[in-house]
Amino acid sequence: MKTHQRIGATVFALLLIVAGLLRSTPGVRATAMGQVTGTVKLDGPAPHQKPIDMSKDPSCAQTRGGAPASGENVVVGTDGGLANVVVYISQGLNGDIPVASKPVTFEQKGCQYVPHVVAVNPGQHMTILNDDKTMHNIHPDPKPGGGNNAFNKSQLGGGPSLDVTWTAEEIAIPVKCNVHPWMHAFIVVVKGPNGVSGGNGSFKLENVPPGTYTLTAWHETYGTQSQKVTVAEGKPVTADFTFKAK
Amino acid sequence: MAETQVHAAHHAPSQGFIRKYVFSVDHKIIGIQYLTLSMVSAFIGMALSWAMRIHLAYPDFRIPILGWLSPNGAPNGLMTPEYYLSLMTMHGTIMAFFVLTAAPFAGFGNFVLPIQVGAADMAFPRLNMSSFWVTFVGFLLAAATFFIPDGPPLSGWTAYAPLSAVGSVAGPGQGLGQTLWVLSIAMFCVASLMGALNFIVTTLDMRTKGLTLSRLPLSTWAWFIDAWVSLLAFAVLLPCGLLLALDRLGGTSFFIPGGLVFNDQLQPHSGGSPLLFQHLFWFFGHPEVYIIILPAFGIVSHIFPTFIRKPLVGGWKVITFAEIAVGTLSFVVWGHHMFVSGMSPFMAMVFSVPTLFITIPSVIAVLVWVFSLYGANIRFDTPMLYSLGFVSLFITGGIGGFFLAQPSTDSYLHATSFVVGHFHFTMGLSAIFATFAGFYYWYPKIFGRTMNEKLGKLHFWLSFVGVYCVFITLHLTGFAGSVRRYSAFVDDFMIPLMPAQRFMTISALLLGAAQFIFLFNAIWSRFKGPKSSDNPWGATTLEWATTSPPPFDNFGGRQLTVYHGPMEYDDEASVMQTSPEASIAGT
Amino acid sequence: MAGKVFAVVVVLVTLVTAYCVVTHVWWMPVDISVHGPKIDHQIEETILVAGLLFIAGQIVLASFVFRYGGATGKPKQIPGGAKPLVIFAFVLVGTEVLALSFIGSKAWGAVYFEAPDPSSLRIDVQAGQFAYYFRYSGPDGKFGPLHPELINEGNQNYFGLDPDHDPDAKDDIVTAEIGIPVNKPILLTLHSKDVGHSFYVRELRVQQDFVPGLSIPVHFTAIQTGRYEIVCTQLCGLGHYNMKAYLSVLSQSDFDDWLKKQAAMQ
Repeated sequence: MKTHQRIGATVFALLLIVAGLLRSTPGVRATAMGQVTGTVKLDGPAPHQKPIDMSKDPSCAQTRGGAPASGENVVVGTDGGLANVVVYISQGLNGDIPVASKPVTFEQKGCQYVPHVVAVNPGQHMTILNDDKTMHNIHPDPKPGGGNNAFNKSQLGGGPSLDVTWTAEEIAIPVKCNVHPWMHAFIVVVKGPNGVSGGNGSFKLENVPPGTYTLTAWHETYGTQSQKVTVAEGKPVTADFTFKAK
Repeated sequence: MAETQVHAAHHAPSQGFIRKYVFSVDHKIIGIQYLTLSMVSAFIGMALSWAMRIHLAYPDFRIPILGWLSPNGAPNGLMTPEYYLSLMTMHGTIMAFFVLTAAPFAGFGNFVLPIQVGAADMAFPRLNMSSFWVTFVGFLLAAATFFIPDGPPLSGWTAYAPLSAVGSVAGPGQGLGQTLWVLSIAMFCVASLMGALNFIVTTLDMRTKGLTLSRLPLSTWAWFIDAWVSLLAFAVLLPCGLLLALDRLGGTSFFIPGGLVFNDQLQPHSGGSPLLFQHLFWFFGHPEVYIIILPAFGIVSHIFPTFIRKPLVGGWKVITFAEIAVGTLSFVVWGHHMFVSGMSPFMAMVFSVPTLFITIPSVIAVLVWVFSLYGANIRFDTPMLYSLGFVSLFITGGIGGFFLAQPSTDSYLHATSFVVGHFHFTMGLSAIFATFAGFYYWYPKIFGRTMNEKLGKLHFWLSFVGVYCVFITLHLTGFAGSVRRYSAFVDDFMIPLMPAQRFMTISALLLGAAQFIFLFNAIWSRFKGPKSSDNPWGATTLEWATTSPPPFDNFGGRQLTVYHGPMEYDDEASVMQTSPEASIAGT
Repeated sequence: MAGKVFAVVVVLVTLVTAYCVVTHVWWMPVDISVHGPKIDHQIEETILVAGLLFIAGQIVLASFVFRYGGATGKPKQIPGGAKPLVIFAFVLVGTEVLALSFIGSKAWGAVYFEAPDPSSLRIDVQAGQFAYYFRYSGPDGKFGPLHPELINEGNQNYFGLDPDHDPDAKDDIVTAEIGIPVNKPILLTLHSKDVGHSFYVRELRVQQDFVPGLSIPVHFTAIQTGRYEIVCTQLCGLGHYNMKAYLSVLSQSDFDDWLKKQAAMQ
């Protein structure tokens, strides 16, 4: 190969690389995103949660190391914070709503689901892990005809992770493990930013574009509540919810 | 001996490759097609059993080819429980239907029966062709389940409702996989009914001059009896399968009761009976094991006289009447599969007694074979070794039957590996051994070449010992309460049995490996084996009175006359059925 | 040569098999039920009868093959021909078979033909993919009605009880493990909520299928305390191999405590 050819080829290759780099940087500068934070509380006494007898599978108790398990339909923190509430934007998001790029993880740990309620965007990847020694089957049951496909798949203890995506919005898809029938969880598929309240009832929605929205909170036992919220550029907004105990 | 004049070309219709070898109406080609299909099926079924055995004994062992075949079912080559059950279901389905029912009955029956009765072809050649191709479509449907996302069904070859009836809510594979399975079995039923009809009519109507029923070769007798059993049994499985298909696809509830809840969802069915399915299935299912074993009886009874150089004790009558008794009784014993099913416990007694009594004709058959060896001049060519192996395996298998025929003992052993060991001996390996016997015996007739004897014998010894190592151990672990159809052993109870599991797995791998000796021998001999004479074993029946391989119309246009029964042997001497010479054995 | 090898192999296989069965290399676990010894006895009896046939059959086969393998000269038939064989089969096997049926029916009848003791402790058993749940009637002695549409395993309503509307269901005790008092007759009612399952306790010598749509009674009395496995033996789906529960046979006082504890957990 002659020198000038070599130089030509190198220049051409460099041009290609530069062109590629240019293409991959976003053309439009993102607006500064806002944030919604808040707390969900339960007003009134929390219903009794039955302890779970896991004696059917001794390996469950082993993995838990003696920590007792109980039902998770209503989980209330010390100061009345209600956990496992999904907060999302039910109205006001327009145009192309970006899909969260980070996969959410959904674990089977000590023969319970962690987290008990998981929120995910349509198209967002969900990584299902089995940290137990025993086998679990993952059996979500979306509404028929709603666009999401039901499946029923087992995952061996410590087996390879599963990668799942959901196509349509749905509140909420129940998930069960039939080998350990007490195991159940909910997958909430919603577009846009969302958050799930933690043990003290606090939640956080990040990367909310400025605007006015209807914010909705969903709980598996207490249903939904909504409120209007206006998010300004780069400024966190607070929105609290209170569910009434039945 | 009748000299053979071949005018095959004269009688064979001039047809292209497709009509001659693919959509052929020639019973010989169809027989070879059946045999080929079941040989392919047998190796698939064996590979499945290897995968299962490896998984059971070495749960952490990765089988990359499975991961490639089904990334869902065996991620990274590690089998999921549902995939194990899928493989188990397909192992049972492929082996029971496409190997054990297809090879000794449809395969050899098609090739040999018309020749043995001196006919030019089956009574209904086109029907015959259809039955093979319908079987083939059934096979493709079953095979297709491996390539759909959820994989094959996991409900076992018995496909008990409602597990098999409610659809994918019952588990992976229970959606499209189970539907394809039901259709596959329905196809197989249709094909078997057509085949059975053909066998019956051919035996009754197409016999050559002088071939009375008492002169019929024992293999033909067995196929004839078998065809009747087949006709009656598959005629029940077919509607059973169609009803199941309706429950799955048409929203009916033949086999699904009301109030069923899957995954917390109430099912929209009511009024059906799961026990009805079990009754219909086993009304077919028990005769099915005799559909499998009767041709084996016939093949062995046919081969025996040739290699002991004398007639069977009791002549054609005792063995044949034993077979008829077995075939008839097989229709009144099905309930012994259902002792603990929730059927009335009084019915258990009703089914237990005929089940125990069916041992009497079976014992008579065994006594005939064993005591025919008395005073015989036994020659140990491979077909005979396999026939002797068959007798030994059949005795062992039959013994297990005593335990499973009684409801009280069955209530402990039911659904343990004892049952698996038992039916593998009686109908599985016994029939396979008889099929091998037939294969080595008729191979020279079918292909005009002889298989290698040394390889044949090596194949026999490895198989014989291997079978005992695997399946006796299954009986023993069954006594210990090892439950069948488990994809892994997590019970405190089963883990101590792991050494036995490993021993069985290693034995099964060796047993399977030995089958490749057979495969090589069969293929190699087809092209390189020494040319065979028309009658290499010095046998007497009509298939040996024509060329190897026989011409298109079997006898080159000759109409044969039969003068003797099929067992005219006296040491070196033998008299062909077609020979007008005097009888030497007084049959 | 081949014949002699065949005979030796057959004899070896027969002896090894017989040895393994007789010395109980792998064997049934301890028997803890009142009716169990009858079943065990029947199994022993069958081993004796069938075992003799097995050994006799294989040895005769082996010896004929050994003796007549490669023989020459004029072959002969067994003296008397087939008639003695047929008679032998009918008489010997027929007798054995009748004896087994007769004695066996007693063992079977002990489990299935006898009515359960009226004082039996009644326990409801529900099988579903892939677990068993048990129900005790509580102090009122009455089981609340079942509402399959209310089954919600996530809320631990495994049976579909409605205690808010059915007074009988209020004090029903639902457990994941079955506790029973020793030496007390037990009457189980088996029903399945989805597919066929089975209730197999090796030590109890009890195996009974669950059939969806049917309620199937099983009764037994356990005579030895301990904790035993209940396993599913009817193919029910992907978790079949892991469908288990435990049976605790307890002294009466331990049982009372256990049931109190379970009631408190409702």
